[in-house]
Amino acid sequence: MIIQILAIVFALFAISRTYLRLREGKLKVSQFVFWVVLWLGVVVLAFIPQTASYVSVYLGISRPIDAVIYGSIVLLFYLIFRLYVMLSDIEKTITQLVTDLALRKKK
Amino acid sequence: MKTMIIIAAYNEEKAIGDVLKDLRDHDYKDVVVVDDGSSDNTAEAAKEAHVVRHAINRGQGAALRTGLQYALDHGADIIVTFDADGQHQAKDLPKLVDPIKEGKVKAVLGSRFIGGLTKMPWKRKLLLKGSIIVQYLFYGIKLTDAHSGLRALHKDAASKIDIRSDGMAHSHEFAEQIHKHKITFKEAPIDVRYTEYTMSKGHGSFSQAFKVLFAMLKDKFVK
Repeated sequence: MIIQILAIVFALFAISRTYLRLREGKLKVSQFVFWVVLWLGVVVLAFIPQTASYVSVYLGISRPIDAVIYGSIVLLFYLIFRLYVMLSDIEKTITQLVTDLALRKKK
Repeated sequence: MKTMIIIAAYNEEKAIGDVLKDLRDHDYKDVVVVDDGSSDNTAEAAKEAHVVRHAINRGQGAALRTGLQYALDHGADIIVTFDADGQHQAKDLPKLVDPIKEGKVKAVLGSRFIGGLTKMPWKRKLLLKGSIIVQYLFYGIKLTDAHSGLRALHKDAASKIDIRSDGMAHSHEFAEQIHKHKITFKEAPIDVRYTEYTMSKGHGSFSQAFKVLFAMLKDKFVK
């Protein structure tokens, strides 16, 4: 029972944070939907653990918990990759700015 | 034809003065030093040249890109990239510049492995030979030296070359883009001096090699 309460409290907390960021205009609607679906998924898993078995049977993974862990790892990798791409873009922008500034000052 | 020398310098106050003197003694007057956000007095030590300052350190590739842009903006016909730490020598420059002046090629890359002029520590030799192979596998261009920082470019070639990575992978990028844009080129023997000072800068160490390899992979697979 405790795990259900924890899951729902944490999910609600996370969703409220996400909503605040959406309102501040720092998140796109699509990103907001992504996070809400993700946290709702966590709540569903906490209340109806059998959903994991459906998924694991469907994927041919014998233990449901393994399916959950594999899924989480894939998701984490994807998020890290996105972060990495974003960081690269920021680095590129900084360099472009530094170059432009340096050349402008010289002129 | 106006020849411009560009030097990317990061914390080179000790060496840059001698490098500029060597160039001056050989009558190269248009020299641009890109001070890549040094925390020492590199800009002051280089004041006899044109100095362009990066507000913060962005890496050698970024500094070279700034230098190339500066040279193109200021009407250079031939652009030479030269190291700031004193390992390159002005006496080698005619071998790089003349073939472009004579209209034979659009780019000349310095090579430490032809002509037998350069003596180098075996570890560095091993790394460099390795990177020649990597370069061939990645970009399909076969050079005798993959990592020489001494090169000359005609302005037509320089304006086509776009260096994307900020760090040390720029040698590969030059090679890649010369290949891609079908820029005519040749290699010329150069004499590179390895001193305790140049070695202390850590270029050519294994960790650096991995950084370069990683940057190449990133550039290949993450746009």
